[in-house]
Amino acid sequence: MTVSRRNFLKVSGLTGAVLSLGFYSPTNAEEAEIIKAVEADSFGIEMNAWVHIDTSGKVTIFSHRAEMGQGVYQAIPQMVAEELEVNLDEVNIVFAKGDNKKYGNQITGGSSTVRGSYKNLLNLGATARTMLIQAAANKWSVAPTECYAQGGHVYHRPSGKQFHYGELVIDASKLETPKNVVLKKRSDYKLIGKPLPRQDTKLKTNGTATFGLDKEIPGMLYAMVVRNPRLRGKVKSFDDTAARKIPGVKHVVKTRMGVFSTYREGVAVVADSIWTAMQAKKVLKVEWDDSGFEHLSTADIYKRQAEALQTQEGLPFKQQGDASAIIAQASKKIDVVYETPYQYHSCMEPLNCVAHYQDGKLEIWGPIQAPEWVQDYISKEMNIPRDKVIVNMTFLGGGFGRKAFMDYPHEASVISKEIGAPVQVVWTREDDATQGPYRPGISYRCEGVVVNGEISAFKVKLAGQNNSHWRGGGKDKPNGSASEGFLKPYFDSIKNLSIQDVPFETPIPTMWWRSVYASTNGFAYESFLDELAIEAGKDPLAFRKDYLKEERLHQLIDKMEEVSGWKSRKKNEGYGTAITECFGSTVGQVVKVSRNTEGKLKIDHVWAVMDCGWYVNPDTIKAQVEGCIVMGLGAATMHQVTFQDGIPVDKNFYSYQLPRITDIPPIDIHIMENDADAGGVGEPGLPAFAPALTNAIFDLTGKRIRKLPFSLASV
Amino acid sequence: MASINFNINGKDQSIDVDPQMPLLWAIRDVVGLKGTKYGCGVAQCGACTVHLNGEAVRSCVTRVGRANGQKIMTIEGLSENNNHPLQLAWQEIDVPQCGYCHSGQIMSAAVLLRENPNPTDQDIDNAMAGNICRCGTYLRIRKAIHLAAGGMQQKVGKNE
Repeated sequence: MTVSRRNFLKVSGLTGAVLSLGFYSPTNAEEAEIIKAVEADSFGIEMNAWVHIDTSGKVTIFSHRAEMGQGVYQAIPQMVAEELEVNLDEVNIVFAKGDNKKYGNQITGGSSTVRGSYKNLLNLGATARTMLIQAAANKWSVAPTECYAQGGHVYHRPSGKQFHYGELVIDASKLETPKNVVLKKRSDYKLIGKPLPRQDTKLKTNGTATFGLDKEIPGMLYAMVVRNPRLRGKVKSFDDTAARKIPGVKHVVKTRMGVFSTYREGVAVVADSIWTAMQAKKVLKVEWDDSGFEHLSTADIYKRQAEALQTQEGLPFKQQGDASAIIAQASKKIDVVYETPYQYHSCMEPLNCVAHYQDGKLEIWGPIQAPEWVQDYISKEMNIPRDKVIVNMTFLGGGFGRKAFMDYPHEASVISKEIGAPVQVVWTREDDATQGPYRPGISYRCEGVVVNGEISAFKVKLAGQNNSHWRGGGKDKPNGSASEGFLKPYFDSIKNLSIQDVPFETPIPTMWWRSVYASTNGFAYESFLDELAIEAGKDPLAFRKDYLKEERLHQLIDKMEEVSGWKSRKKNEGYGTAITECFGSTVGQVVKVSRNTEGKLKIDHVWAVMDCGWYVNPDTIKAQVEGCIVMGLGAATMHQVTFQDGIPVDKNFYSYQLPRITDIPPIDIHIMENDADAGGVGEPGLPAFAPALTNAIFDLTGKRIRKLPFSLASV
Repeated sequence: MASINFNINGKDQSIDVDPQMPLLWAIRDVVGLKGTKYGCGVAQCGACTVHLNGEAVRSCVTRVGRANGQKIMTIEGLSENNNHPLQLAWQEIDVPQCGYCHSGQIMSAAVLLRENPNPTDQDIDNAMAGNICRCGTYLRIRKAIHLAAGGMQQKVGKNE
């Protein structure tokens, strides 16, 4: 994107006279260099401005990350404002447009926003502060060490003289950008580590936050697409006679969008309103070519996965010692299969996107997690130069991984080009639920031998669709995330261990879903560990502690025991536990279950302990972990994507049931305090919930649940 | 097409639409108030909740014809300055994450509080069970409703 700095400032409503600093780190965020925007201009570097201070002292931050509920809107200003020494209410945040030349990786995924860039953000704030202090010191002809910054002012300590930042920005912008500025100590933080209110909450309580579906541009038409309910069917022909007779219908066009290396076809009805388009859809007749997918069923997929696990060895992911031989010779062993379902992201905001193709240029607005992927992909697919594809992010009504995909922006762009007008493509809930890509459903065969209370052999084989194959990954390699979620220190303490991936393909397109493989692996590995602990006759938490020889993990387990009253629980009182790792953070959970007076199983309490290292906002973290537990509860006990005859069975929330307020147990969340590298926050709270729940059910009832989802009412 | 007249957020308005059109699309795309959200189209998620003559209705399944001559209130009309007790409580507790469902959540809660100024947890669950929040903010929704009701005996804070 070649937006000049002047244009960029104009677009963002900023004046030209500013101190404007950014960091430039296309490949390695750790080595980012802080530069002035004017230098970036003169060196021909695409401007990478992240923070601007204008002559009124107003601070504007450009966020290169999407806000989809996880608190970026708040965390980034909190970090910059801390080091810059300004009050949070003087800081505005603007979402940057998608452009990876400018911002490097802009994907909001992998819980990476804070953990990937926090050091750069702190440095950025500190650099600007250092320059403002130097500018003030120069004006007063004093040493900068006699000055300090606070609340958007620089003060001269001996005399009490002060300047507002706005009075200093012009001088500061002429200074050399200092290297190796000093960051504040954690004990001096005023904003970081505090449960400060989110900046976007007010917009989200009075209807003014603009989500993708709320975006309107002049002359915009609305497109809805008749889609094949059957996976990947092609359009053979269509009859639009009746549809075109409806007043307000402007175009009926065959359309397509890329889904990895395949294309999904549909017929788009373009009208002057969403309602008109919906009416026209009803009378549009489409004949589909379904060949190849008419018999697809998930029941069959699970049968084949189970067979593969019994008859094949897999590609080795991790091998140490001789687990297979010990298992083959053991007189007593555990040999069980765990099954996890396909899942749909079910964001509250159905997919939608606005596109305007005009004179070889394309501009896109939408709820988008990965703007530069969209830019790259559409540039290639539609043969438009990268710098002529502009991607704008709105608020996202949920993302969970699904909105880091290019299909819906591609579809909107194709339609806009075809009809020669700006258009918003709106997916119905049914479209959203039935088109995928989904989280893959994976089966696990877990074999283990326990001798004298110790794990003698530990073997896990998995069979399921590997997401990376859809993205062109080599099929001769095992799934690189075959143990994601499982704590790595177990590899040091379990001597005979084998983890294998049995190659398995299905035609169902799959992708990441909040916490990705940890969401499925966590259930299998942590349930299997529980089975081994029971077999060893050990307390499940103490058993884990014996194998996790790291001080930080012992502190986490101690905290879990303390907050949940683990040690004072009675035998088979219904307590279960699980500990998982995800995107650099570790979360341990304890779940307590019981039966009510009618004998119905109920979840009494959930305790979660999060160790995410250095963190910004404890309230955001608690909110994310709460949300993860609720999402984990749904995935464990309520919903799954199943296919029959090539068609997804559940198409809307009446059958794809999501957790409601009536389903939520009390949840307590604790955050570990340490200065370790920042870990992720938005996803790591999810994977431990399901196994902690089913382990608790085993403790209470002796019944081991090895297949998700299961109904609490049926236990 | 027909001329439909209603009072929306205190203002009289006349629109020319197909009376079969769901109120949701009339509010969003004809009147132009985008705070009311489309979530499922089948009255399962509550994101489209508005007040029709003071009652919470799912606007995605309510025909606009039904609103002829009636009073509608949407999230935009709930208060003058984003200061309805529920909005203030939502802000105090930082309830929203993605925020998409909260117009509907707040509109459902507003009817609850009018009918029952000091609801119990069970009352809240009963009244709010029709509103899905995929981000899972339910515990905070419950807490915020209590706060708005002024019914909580101890201070409600984010730090406990």
